[in-house]
Amino acid sequence: MTIAFWALAVLLVASAMFVITAKKPVHSVAGLLAHFFFLAITYFMLSAEFLAVIQLIVYSGAILMLFVFVIALLSSGVAPFSVGPDRLPKIAAPATLIVAVLLGFVAYGISREPIVLANEHGVAAGPVGAAGVFGSVADFGHALFTTNLLPFEITAFILMVAVIGVILLAGDHVPYVPTRRRARIVERDMREAIVRAGEE
Amino acid sequence: MNAWLSPQSSLWWAVLIKCGVLLFVVITSFAYAMLFERKIIGWMQLRPGPNRVGPWGLLQPLVDALKLILKEDLTPKTADPLIYRLAPFISLVTAFSVYAVIPFSEPGPGNVWAVGDVNAGILVILAITSIGVYGISLGGWASGSKYPLLGSVRSTAQMISYELAMAMSLIGVLILAGTTSLVGIVNSQAKLWFFIPQFVGFIIYVVTAVAETNRAPFDLVEADAELVGGFNTEYSGLRFGLFFIAEYINMLTVSCIATLLFLGGWNAVGGLTMIPGIGWFLLKVAFFMFVYIWLRATFPRIRYDRLMAFGWKVLLPVATLNLVITAFVVAVRG
Repeated sequence: MTIAFWALAVLLVASAMFVITAKKPVHSVAGLLAHFFFLAITYFMLSAEFLAVIQLIVYSGAILMLFVFVIALLSSGVAPFSVGPDRLPKIAAPATLIVAVLLGFVAYGISREPIVLANEHGVAAGPVGAAGVFGSVADFGHALFTTNLLPFEITAFILMVAVIGVILLAGDHVPYVPTRRRARIVERDMREAIVRAGEE
Repeated sequence: MNAWLSPQSSLWWAVLIKCGVLLFVVITSFAYAMLFERKIIGWMQLRPGPNRVGPWGLLQPLVDALKLILKEDLTPKTADPLIYRLAPFISLVTAFSVYAVIPFSEPGPGNVWAVGDVNAGILVILAITSIGVYGISLGGWASGSKYPLLGSVRSTAQMISYELAMAMSLIGVLILAGTTSLVGIVNSQAKLWFFIPQFVGFIIYVVTAVAETNRAPFDLVEADAELVGGFNTEYSGLRFGLFFIAEYINMLTVSCIATLLFLGGWNAVGGLTMIPGIGWFLLKVAFFMFVYIWLRATFPRIRYDRLMAFGWKVLLPVATLNLVITAFVVAVRG
């Protein structure tokens, strides 16, 4: 278990590094795909079966797919940056230091209070996914629709607002005309054009 | 006791052996599904189909494989070599790994007819198949030429659109069965197969499954009349073969899912229990494969904008409505 964890940890960090260092955007996407996949395996190892599956379906299956769609359309045939990125600004050095210190605090906190795996915590260890088992589909759904219903629904509402906002921002600002009336307008214009052409 | 024979490792051996047998069976059924398709389409178009190699053309798949292996493996100059080589493997590996959780017959005491009996079975299948699309879309992009790119963009849009309606049509079954375990879903169909109460969901599943596997009449991704060969135009030899195998294995997969979720899996028809469960399962899968081929021989390819409109404006709303009604009925009946 420990060996598997460390192997996964190395793979996770390596794929994440690949995502930010890769020169071509599509390589970054492939790295991110690998990263999500390893992350799902990590969730499986922590007995969070449902979370693992959702990680794959939502992030790998839908969101990353949209990245591919956009990147394939926008950057096809574009050469990677030959000049290389800009030089690091001066502020980078202290910022790195601060982040390192904060991460050190986090690591210290984690090492003082080790993460407890599900079956060591007194939660039933058994066939993963059955009811009454930590991380199972049944328990996850139960928790989502009883204790955490309000935050869940609020999240859905916020996403809905975001979608409407995107449509408002991206859509053309022509007042709405019902299709049938628009069709009548087009038809009338065409008829007048034909009549004009006949007169000439 | 020898470490290789301890109970822990014997479990590993069982899984390994099951994987080996499964790989062999799936590859063989791919080969003969291909022959089956060519024969049936031949008969539907009043011609004999392959009949030169072996009796009744039975050795045709072998010769096809040999041809693909001997062909030159080309990589276009404009291609992105890493992704171009990786893509066929993404397709094939995801297509195969789905079979790890599919149960083929009734589980006996201490034994399952599957590599692993996962309780979130159907969700795992959806998760794995959702990764399979990357093979097509990355492969098309990485070829570095225009027709594959168009095919890959089409596949991305088509997959996302139809995956939604497909998942929606499956949730109705999950509500009726009350479990996400495939064995559990089949067992809850002992009295009534779900394609009767979930008829709308069944139809939507079959339609979206055709689109998800890029088969005619929804084969816009490889549309040979418009896009030469679509996403796989630049691929040749064995790499093309890998895509080809993945497509047929995906067909088998969606047939297996349809059988498990809607046609009662290994449950016998009309009390004919002398045929073992695995026999019924295979019969039902073969039926779906026939329907696929039938569709291909019958319908012309649908236009791209109509495909999108059909997915978003017809299938998705109807699937959602079906889901709401199912949930309502189940809630009222308790």
